[in-house]
Amino acid sequence: MSLDTPKFSDLDALYSADSKIATAMYEDPELFAEEMERVFKRTWVWVAHESEFPDKGSFKLSTVGLEPVIVVRDRKDKIHVMVNRCRHRAATVCEVKKGKTSSFQCPYHGWGYGLDGSLRAVPYPEQYGDDFDKAQHGLLKLRAESYNGMVFATFNEDAEPLVDFLGPQVCRYIDLFMKQGGGFPIKVLGEHQFTVPMNWKVQLENTTDGYHFPVVHKSFMQTLDGETNDMFDFLEKGKGWIEDLGNGHSVMVMIPELVDLDDNLDAPIPDRFAELAQELRDDGYPEAQVKKIVRAVGGAGFNLNLFPNVSFSLAFFRVLTPVTVERTDIRHLALGMDGGPAAANRMRLRLHEHFQGPMGFGSPDDAEVWERVQRGTKGGEALPILVNRGLIDEVPGEVGPKGHISAETGMRAAYAMWKRMMAQ
Amino acid sequence: MKDVTNTQDLALLSQVAAFIWAEADMLDAKAYEDWLELWTKDGLYIMPMGEGEDYANSLNLCYDNDKMRRDRIGRFRQGFSISSAPAAQTVRAMSRFVIEKVEGDAVTVRCAEQLVEDKFGRQRLFAANTTYTLIRQPDGGFKIAQKVARLLNSDGMLTSLSYLF
Repeated sequence: MSLDTPKFSDLDALYSADSKIATAMYEDPELFAEEMERVFKRTWVWVAHESEFPDKGSFKLSTVGLEPVIVVRDRKDKIHVMVNRCRHRAATVCEVKKGKTSSFQCPYHGWGYGLDGSLRAVPYPEQYGDDFDKAQHGLLKLRAESYNGMVFATFNEDAEPLVDFLGPQVCRYIDLFMKQGGGFPIKVLGEHQFTVPMNWKVQLENTTDGYHFPVVHKSFMQTLDGETNDMFDFLEKGKGWIEDLGNGHSVMVMIPELVDLDDNLDAPIPDRFAELAQELRDDGYPEAQVKKIVRAVGGAGFNLNLFPNVSFSLAFFRVLTPVTVERTDIRHLALGMDGGPAAANRMRLRLHEHFQGPMGFGSPDDAEVWERVQRGTKGGEALPILVNRGLIDEVPGEVGPKGHISAETGMRAAYAMWKRMMAQ
Repeated sequence: MKDVTNTQDLALLSQVAAFIWAEADMLDAKAYEDWLELWTKDGLYIMPMGEGEDYANSLNLCYDNDKMRRDRIGRFRQGFSISSAPAAQTVRAMSRFVIEKVEGDAVTVRCAEQLVEDKFGRQRLFAANTTYTLIRQPDGGFKIAQKVARLLNSDGMLTSLSYLF
């Protein structure tokens, strides 16, 4: 199959003008292969948060689409992203998930690479002759750019700058999200990881899906106190919305009063944080800072969904990695306050464990319904999948349409971008 | 290697093994109300990630005090959690018991745990190093003050879990 003559020339049949998706979108392996080329090899893909490799020489392993990459900080604090593959005979040069090093050495024949990916050492180089050019044999590099601590990479030399891809509205929401550091920098405290037998787009849809929350997460809601339960009952009681922010990105505002965590700092401290607030006071934090920290511990009131693989979801980052057409890896990164009070970070960890990850009160139910979608698509091949909810009362927003909190506006934003990229 | 052949050690080993096997039987049978009664009030049920032991200040798969244990069982029980209705079936084996230490009423014992889950016609295999701190009760039995079930690959890619280890 040549990329010049796409098999999937009829993109309208896959995602129709009236917002219906063909079943093939979740289960055609050839379409998946094409998505990996046309989407994941061409756009900006999230690879890391800077706190995951904070020091000179520290690194983490990540992926861009199907390709394993190393994200590393060199001695001048410059971030490099490169494919984890020796230029000699293809062995991975690193299998440590996270760490600190001065170089990467291939275990097979000892080729050594610097933190910037350049080839430094080749044992017994004589047999390559005098015209062997080390400069042509560095690790394959990707472009890497960051915004407010979030590191993205792309194979595409012609991709627009990251900030243009994100756009001013997304950048504004990223800045708002990072306020949950409570005055401290955001730090990744750990991550839950689980794999789900589903197409990656089932996950892409889910973080923009307010409609499922009271159904799938009823058993989670039942373990909350009344005040918190009311807060999460945003479909029934809330005044939230969902908005297309362009380039496939969207925001779902579930709790409008928690969009800007610096607003309403004089509001009373919720009961569930009373004990933490007292602990902070006892540790000598002034009242204004106690309120700021406690407000931040609960997280932001929105999900910011970036095309194609990362979501800033209330209080954590959710990252998807496509594996096969019917398998997707999910990571839930727990966030805390770098240098902040240990008690506040402990509470954030416990809140994260409460909902997220393989044993959370929320994620296993999400994983179950995602798998059920994948299983369901084995029947009724010709039936469309509907993402047309809420078209009826969408209004224009600053960039794209804005809809009801339970509308599928965010999915439509993502699929419009998907179509644009697949057509290129 | 510690001498485990004397009669006193063997008696304790068989007592803790019997307790842990009874607990394993409850978990496979999903007799969760009985299981909740095995705990001390301030007991902690922990499934950590990675090698660390500072559980309170680390991200775990679960870190359950009494309330969280009861909420978790409630979630399994009430029928609103789609992943638990029905939950995967499990069969587990507990073995390779080693008594780490005995301090007053407290016995620390570690063992190997192997579990197979079955759901949707597929089976998944898990292994864990599981450590108990058991408190001897006046009636001669035990209660669990801490249970740490550390899965192999606990900080790697897992699958969602709808039962307890």
